[in-house]
Formats: sequence, structure tokens, C-alpha cells
Amino acid sequence: MTEIDRPTHMDIKTTVKNERETSRDHHEPYNPTFIQVRGFDFYYDKMHALHGIDLDMKERHVTALIGPSGCGKSTLLRTFNRMNDLIPGVRTSGKILLSGRDIFDPDMDVIELRRRVGMVFQKSNPFPKTIFENVAYGLRILGVKDKNLVAEIVEQSLRSSALWDEVKDNLQKSALQLSGGQQQRLCIARALAMGPEVILMDEPCSALDPIATGRIEELIFELKKKYTIVIVTHNMQQAARVSDDTGFMYMGKLIEFGPTEKIFTKPDQPMTESYITGRFG
Amino acid sequence: MSRVRASQIKPDHTDERYVWFTSMGLTIGLAMVAVLLGIVVYNGTEVFWPKRVARIELSAQGGDAGRAVVGEIVKRRERKARAASGSNREWQLYVANKDKTPSNFIYIEEDDVRSVTYPDGVLVVERMEYGDAIGTPLRIETKSGETIEHGSPGFDPYLERALAEAGRLRAAIRVTEKDRIGAINGRMEELRIKERSLSRKTGPEAAAAAIAVEKAELSEKYEGLAAEARKLRSRLTEERLVLALADGRESSIPFGQAVGAYYANRIGTAERLGHLVSGMFRFLIEEPREANTEGGVFPAIFGTFAMTLLMSVAVMPFGVLAAIYLREYAKQGLFVRAVRIAVNNLAGVPSIVFGVFGLGFFVYFVGGTIDNIFFKDNLPTPTFGTGGILWASLTLALMTVPVVIVATEEALAAVSRGVREGSLACGASKWQTIQRVVLPASAPGILTGLILAMARGAGEVAPLMLVGVVKLAPSLPIDGVAPFVHMERKFMHLGFHIYDLGFQSPDSEAAKPMVFATTLLLIILVVILNLSAIIIRERLRRKYATGAF
Repeated sequence: MTEIDRPTHMDIKTTVKNERETSRDHHEPYNPTFIQVRGFDFYYDKMHALHGIDLDMKERHVTALIGPSGCGKSTLLRTFNRMNDLIPGVRTSGKILLSGRDIFDPDMDVIELRRRVGMVFQKSNPFPKTIFENVAYGLRILGVKDKNLVAEIVEQSLRSSALWDEVKDNLQKSALQLSGGQQQRLCIARALAMGPEVILMDEPCSALDPIATGRIEELIFELKKKYTIVIVTHNMQQAARVSDDTGFMYMGKLIEFGPTEKIFTKPDQPMTESYITGRFG
Repeated sequence: MSRVRASQIKPDHTDERYVWFTSMGLTIGLAMVAVLLGIVVYNGTEVFWPKRVARIELSAQGGDAGRAVVGEIVKRRERKARAASGSNREWQLYVANKDKTPSNFIYIEEDDVRSVTYPDGVLVVERMEYGDAIGTPLRIETKSGETIEHGSPGFDPYLERALAEAGRLRAAIRVTEKDRIGAINGRMEELRIKERSLSRKTGPEAAAAAIAVEKAELSEKYEGLAAEARKLRSRLTEERLVLALADGRESSIPFGQAVGAYYANRIGTAERLGHLVSGMFRFLIEEPREANTEGGVFPAIFGTFAMTLLMSVAVMPFGVLAAIYLREYAKQGLFVRAVRIAVNNLAGVPSIVFGVFGLGFFVYFVGGTIDNIFFKDNLPTPTFGTGGILWASLTLALMTVPVVIVATEEALAAVSRGVREGSLACGASKWQTIQRVVLPASAPGILTGLILAMARGAGEVAPLMLVGVVKLAPSLPIDGVAPFVHMERKFMHLGFHIYDLGFQSPDSEAAKPMVFATTLLLIILVVILNLSAIIIRERLRRKYATGAF
């Protein structure tokens, strides 16, 4: 099954479950391009933040974006689910295609887009609700009323984010009482519960200790069997460990993009090499 | 080496001075509050403490040789005007018996006092009218014409029985007159309005004919009840208690008038405490008597409580919605900043200005319009076109809305951007984010605003005087008569009650202790309202375990 034929206007409420089971439960060796970025420019008011980005991200791959602070990697990441729409004075040009469809198309339903493209933030941001309600949030927003279905998806999502065994007896506890690492995995579960195709991770481990970081990285390994993952990170070792492809960005430009192994061993661009070896950035 | 150490210590010394200096500010504030509360609590509870009654023999001065007075010694004080000779001190006595003497209180010169005794047999009788009676009991005249002399073994038990019986009788009269006859009066009034609206359509004769049967029926019922009430009333004066006063006169008190009686110098501390507690209890649940200087303050408690709750119900949605718009939706710019400054300034507008606005806008304009549309048949008697609990609550809501807006805005601003983005990333719309994530997270802060608003609203008096508070309300705003909640009714308020007792009462000396008792009650009521809001807030906080606020 390929990604293009996914119907976007089908009845979400009844098909949440079906989609989850049919589309991603078996790993396909062939990875077609899932996200295409073509000549993409981005402006905050007068500031030109991204310059002509061209990029292909493959399905069920982990794509890492690296680069020094302020290079535009987070801006690019937040474009994939149009989080930047919230900022006043933002303009874009060029195209970003998600399974062949332009996300800036006037017909594109932003809410539908965000359901398909989940996001995990730098700082864990659980809602002031119970653990269960945090994970069920996306379903509640969709208006899913079937209690059994909600409970099932919550459990499945918590299992997928490797949190189930730790919280299964305390699902009614406030999510804010969890530890930092648990909170971040809860946020991942929250994103998974909506049945997304892509998961965006914006420096997901920057506020965590090494053990919690290790667990998140293991999780990313598991998740890429089913999901397309884009991760922004400052941690070069992390990018090397978890990603299949890596893009190096600098001053709003994509300097180099390619398989992680190549970027980290023999990059084409001297600038990439000097950043990776720690000579600047 | 030592010089270095000295220079290190020096800043600490000056610092400590500032610790003392700043803590002084707090100490003075706390001391003032403690003294104020102490005075209010002492004077407020003293009202209910049964004091001993002294008999004072006066020396032969000014003609009335050997005169004796009986009363509670209220205070001994320096006289303001200087006496020609001797000591300058005078005593204030509470002699009661207002029906027989010109005043409840008299002053005597300390020099005139020959002896002070506390006679064992003195009885203090609390009455429905004319305040207390103080005297030595002589006899009870029963309805069968017998007399029971004081000192006979049957006297005290009979006294107790008769007092209890009188209490039951008064309760029965109240049920008959207030509830049953009151209900008939209400229906008569409805009938009268119906007649008037009919007569406009079909002419006065036809209208009178249309309601004649119902009217006659009601009149008959009324006559029956009135006769019943008259019969009950006549029983009030059947039995009498006769006291001997200090000047030798007799005072005959019908038992129907007597609320309670105690031997002021005979009872022990435990009994005094019992009187204190029952006095406080009656103060809470009874209605006022004697131009509010006697009896309880229940209608005022109820009115204050109902008005504050109604105000909270009105102010919360408005304040929270306004704050959500200002903080979440409005484009932050010059205009929004101007609005914000205006809202802050609104909090500083004197409350009487809000009262005048409430009178002009709510009462005359909105209320008048409602009367013209829905209560045309009652005119010219206004229904909503006069002060009432609804208009008072709305006026106070208007006054306190800036407090809620400011607190809510701060609470909304404290909800982190991350949480909002998390919700949006889950596919929520902006309104869903506000409703499901932002508002629950800011609920404790919003409740803080409500607490401040309630504290300000419950203690306010000036605007209420213009929009619906009265000295004595005939009925409560919520009662058993359909439609049960009467938003148009005037009501009593503890704050206004204090003002009325202290400054509008004919007998300010008698009212003074009541002022303290009512003040104490108002403070307690505000504390209770605030505490309950604080408890709710703490629960919410624990539920969400957020660190902020």
C-alpha cells in the first residue's frame, strides 16, 4: 500500500482505528518519498528566515535536521504542521507536499493536517489533566464518543511510547506529577493517539537527563517502523544514532542533505564537515 | 586580616537594620488588624453575656433622699463637663424598663453612691417591645384568675412553662398572619391586577363581575384566618408576670410579650454561657424588632449572602469572557492597551458613582422598560422599576468586574505557550484550546479574582443604598411563595444594617452593642465566603498540581 491513495476527507471518527491497523502495521522495505519541500522560502515580517529549501523525506525514515542556533531548522520543522501560522506577519512561498498534496493549498484543512502530522516539543508540555485525558485529548477534540475505542487507543498509544507499564495503575493521576522523561513520553503518546503519519520532534531530549534521553532514542527506533519522523537536534551524536538521513542547515539555507552515514563520515561541503567536527556552531 | 573581616561584616549589620525597618511595617499593620478584631469580638460577644444587676443606694443629694436604682453597670468614666466639687466620675447604668422610665440608660455621680449590692431575686425579662424589664418578681396572674406569689414553690416552674408556651403561641401567630394571610394577600393582589387589565379590555363592570366569585371566596377565607389570628392574639395577654421596680412601682408584663427571663445574680457561669450561646443563636435566626435595635439579623444575613452569590454569578462570565477576548483574541496594540488602562481605572472609581449609575441605568431605564412591557397592569406601582436585589447585584457586579478581568488576564498570561501549542498540535482549534486547556489551567487564578471581587462586593454599602437595600424588608428575596426567587424584592444587608443601627437609630446607646455584634457577623460572613472560594481553589490546584500563582 502506498501513501498517495490515502483519502483525506473520509469520516475520521469511524476510521481512526482502521487506518491505524491497515496502513502501518507491517514494515515495508521500500521507502518512497513522503514529504517533498520545493523552493521553500519563509519570512517573519521582513526577515528572510528560510531560503529556497529543497528536501525529500522518506516514509518510515528518521530525518534529522542539525545546525547552529537560529539556522532555521525549528522554523522548517514547525512549517510541516503549519504551527507558524499562529505567528503574525508570517509569509511563505514555494511548496511543501505531504504525500503529494501541498499543505499550503487553500483547501487544506489545518486541523486535519495537524492530526496527520503530530508534534513533540522541546519542553514537555502535558496539559493540566489526568494522564488518561492527556492521551485522549486529540480523540476528544475529534469528538470520538465511543468509550471503549478511546480506552483502547489510549492504552495502545501509551504502550507504543513505552509508558504503559509505568502509569497503567495511575491513569487518573495528574500528568504534571510525572517525571520529566515520563512527561516527554506522555507527549509522544498524545501525538500517537491521533493516528498521525508523521511525527515532528523539536529537540525532544534537550531538557532530559542521559537515561531518559536513551529511552526516548530507543523509542524513536521503535516508532520509525510505523511513522515518518523528523527530528531537530543540537546533539550531533543523537542525530548520528537515531537518524537515517540528515540535513545540515546554516543561516536559513539547507547546506547539505543526505544519508546520515555519509553526512557524518565524508560530507561534500567543507562547512558541514567543520560544523560536525565542532569547529564552529 | 582583621580589617578584611570587619569590612565583610559591615554590610550585614546595615542589612539587619532594614530587616527590622521593613518588618515594622508589617507589625504595625498586623497590630492594627488584631486590635480592630479584638475590639469587635469583645464588644460583639459582650452583648449576649448576661451581666449582674446591681442595686445602688444613692445619698441624700438633689432632693431625692435615699433613692435607689437597679441596673447593670455599663461603665464608669470621667465626666466631660467639670463638676463644681468632689470627684468628676460618673457611672452609666442600664436600668431598662423603657415603658416606665424616660430612658434605658441613666448616669449617676460616683459621689452619690452610698452602697452597691447585688440582690439575689432580681429578674431580667426580655420583651418583644420596650426592651428588657428589670425588677423583683412579685406574682404571676394566671388565666384562671389565680395568683402565684413569688417565693411559693410553684413559681419558678410555672414561669418557665409560661415562657415556653408564649413562644409557641407567637410562632403559631406568625404562621397564621405571615404565611397564610400573606398568601391570601398575594392572591388578592393578583386578582386586583387581573381586574385592572380586564377592565381595560371589557369595561369595569364586566371585570368586577368576572372576578367576583373568586374575590368573595378569598375574602371569606381571609375573614376566617383573621378571626383565628385575633383569637390567638387575645391569648397573648391572658397571663401576666408582675415585677416590683426599684422605685416601688409595679410593672405588669403579659407573657405574650416575654421572650425569656433569668435571675441575673443567681445563675452560675455555666448558665450564663448557655444564655450567651442561645442569645447568639437567636441573633442569627430571628428577625429584627424595635427598629432593628433588638432581635436578630437573619434577613440581613440572608440578603447579604444572596446578593453576594448573585453578584458572583453575574460577574464571573462577564469578567472571564472580557479577559479572554482581551488576552487571547484582541490584536495587542494601542487600543487594547487603552482599554486595559481604562479597566484598571474603573476599579478605582468611587462606589457611590456605581450606585448612581445603577439607579439611573438598571433601575429607571432597564427596570422601567421591563415594567412597561411585562408589568403594565401594576403601574404606577413599580415592579422592577425600583431598587431590588437583582439591580443591587448587577451594580456590584459592574463595580467588581475590573478585579475579575485583571486577575483572569494575569492567570491566562501565566499559561505557558508550550501547553497552548501542544493543544493546537493535537488538532484543536483556538477556542477548543482555550476551553479545554487554558481555562482549566488558569482556574485557580480566576478564582483568586472572584475572591477579591466577593470581598469587595460583600462589604459595600454606599451604592446599595441607592439600588435596593432597605432598613426593614417585609419578606426575603427567596421564600416559599411561587416563583420562590423574587429578584425584584428589596432586601436587607449587614453593612447597611450597621450604618442604620449606629447612626439612624432612635436609641443609639441601646443600639451600640448590636452594631458590634453585626460588624462581627459581617466579618465572619466575608471570611466564610472567602474561605469557601479558597478551598475550591486549593482543590483545583491540587487536582492540576500546577506550580504557578
